[in-house]
Amino acid sequence: MNLVALKMLLGDRAKYLGLVFGIGFATLLMSQQVSIFIGLMTRTASQIMDVREADVWVMHPRVKYVDELEAMPSVDLSRVRGVDGVEWAVPLYKGNAVIRSTEGLLQQVILMGLDDGSLVGRPPKILMGSLADLKRPNALMIDRAGHQFIWPGEPLQVGRIVEINDRRVEIVAIAKASPPFVTFPVVYTRYSEALRFTPPQRNKLSFVLVKAADGIDPRRLAQQIEARTGLQALTWQEFAWRSVRHYVERTGIPVNFGITVTLGFIVGAAVAAQTFYIFVLENLRQFGALKAIGVTDLQILRMVILQAFVVGVLGYALGIGLCSVFFWLTRDVPALDGFILRWQVIAGTGVAVAVIMVVSSLASIRKVFVLDPAVVFRG
Amino acid sequence: MRARGVVKDFDNGGNVSRVLHGVDLEIESGRLTLLIGPSGCGKTTLLSILTGILSPSAGEVDVKDVCITRLRGARKARFRREHLGFIFQQYNLLPALTAAENAAIPLVADGMPLRAAAERGRATLARIGMAEHADKLPNQLSGGQMQRIAIARALVHGPSVIVCDEPTAALDEQTGRTVMEILREIASNPENAVLVVTHDNRVYHFADRIVTMNDGRITGEMTPPSAPVRAPKLTPDHPPEGPHA
Repeated sequence: MNLVALKMLLGDRAKYLGLVFGIGFATLLMSQQVSIFIGLMTRTASQIMDVREADVWVMHPRVKYVDELEAMPSVDLSRVRGVDGVEWAVPLYKGNAVIRSTEGLLQQVILMGLDDGSLVGRPPKILMGSLADLKRPNALMIDRAGHQFIWPGEPLQVGRIVEINDRRVEIVAIAKASPPFVTFPVVYTRYSEALRFTPPQRNKLSFVLVKAADGIDPRRLAQQIEARTGLQALTWQEFAWRSVRHYVERTGIPVNFGITVTLGFIVGAAVAAQTFYIFVLENLRQFGALKAIGVTDLQILRMVILQAFVVGVLGYALGIGLCSVFFWLTRDVPALDGFILRWQVIAGTGVAVAVIMVVSSLASIRKVFVLDPAVVFRG
Repeated sequence: MRARGVVKDFDNGGNVSRVLHGVDLEIESGRLTLLIGPSGCGKTTLLSILTGILSPSAGEVDVKDVCITRLRGARKARFRREHLGFIFQQYNLLPALTAAENAAIPLVADGMPLRAAAERGRATLARIGMAEHADKLPNQLSGGQMQRIAIARALVHGPSVIVCDEPTAALDEQTGRTVMEILREIASNPENAVLVVTHDNRVYHFADRIVTMNDGRITGEMTPPSAPVRAPKLTPDHPPEGPHA
């Protein structure tokens, strides 16, 4: 009876398409919004996740997340280096600065100062120029999104001169960095240059990045650093999650996205359930005839489940396909950089669609089960 | 097919109404039997019980020496699809299936693949002069043609009892006559019993036997007329005329 069920489904073209598009819309809404939400939350920790060489981040005890900084005295770097189990420890500066382009445009940026020797903390991919050039005096590297932000529509170009706190510096390289939560451009220089570029302050050491020696557990090392120095030390995973959690708990972002995703689920479920219910209801007489002829309830249950499965799979594929197309089309849009459709979202949306279709078919099948087949004898 | 002491009560929120009062009826093979009576007299309820669609409150029904009132659920459904053929007033064809596929439904329900079953449906349609319409959808056919597809559906699996509920009610006189001629031919096979519930006195002369019913009881039998009755259609206020057996 499977083929009969499919022909019944495809025979009513309008309802069939309505069902597929209803499920497709719900899938698109849920998967797209969840992806954007995950992308946004990932951005809150992107600068931590970009630094894969370091196992442990050491910071002032009052720092709550990556964008809330309280600098440490430079002597703390040596104190951390003195802890047993530390393979190496390097400084990292993170702060805000203002740059002025030759066209006179002022732009606030995130300034990252990397260890002069190792350049630990550099972005994962250099698109143009050379990392070695960063070792020249008055050299700056900018991320691609920042370049597009400051010089929109212009091709990527090294050799541009900008001013940073009244110092003329040259952009020697362009990198692909994970975008931060705030949409400021990210510029990189050496740690010593960052100290020169920024106004005088008593303390300027934002973080100490630590590599654990072979065989040393990073979590245990972090505990040891805290015990020995009184500073706060977290593994990169702990620090990343702490930053994500801060935005989840302290902002309205999750609530708003949660509402949208829930609405997508409810609207999708309502549209699909109602259309499927009407579809079954309009075929009730046919189902009654089938029951009278001798088709069992189990066979009819299988037919309805197959119909629900088919529209569910097609609608889901349509929605995921549209969502993929959305992220593919926007892959070069700086504002949406880093937003991708993850397999976890694909799987989770699949579960949600399955729930919608199970609810829809259960609501409909009840009507068929209680149907008195004698209805077919009534003109 | 034999009914013994069939009683049917319907409970409408504590208000029990008796629709059938101990009906005894036997439908013989090789004969076309008409069951007639005014609207509301219990014909459809009796038909539903005779075919195992409804269960009686009391009494028993045997079909081919099997007491179908004792069968339950899927076994009863299987018995219906193996031994009974149904023809409904409103045809109840599946609009998305072709004529051949509609005719094949009882075979498909029994597990035969649709393609193979449709071939059997096509052959059955050919038997009743509908071969040229085998690939058409129901909405491309007239009422008479749809009813003939329903007849093919009732015959395709070779049931021993064919049950028809007002098969000519929605048809014009000529088409109704064609349908009854087909049913008459089916009944001429000594292996087949055909039971037709009808209000249509234009078809009485096709019957081998006419059973009358009123107020939930079998009231008697009529001798079928030898020629078509030209009188107005039967209504509840105008019971059938003719010599009762």
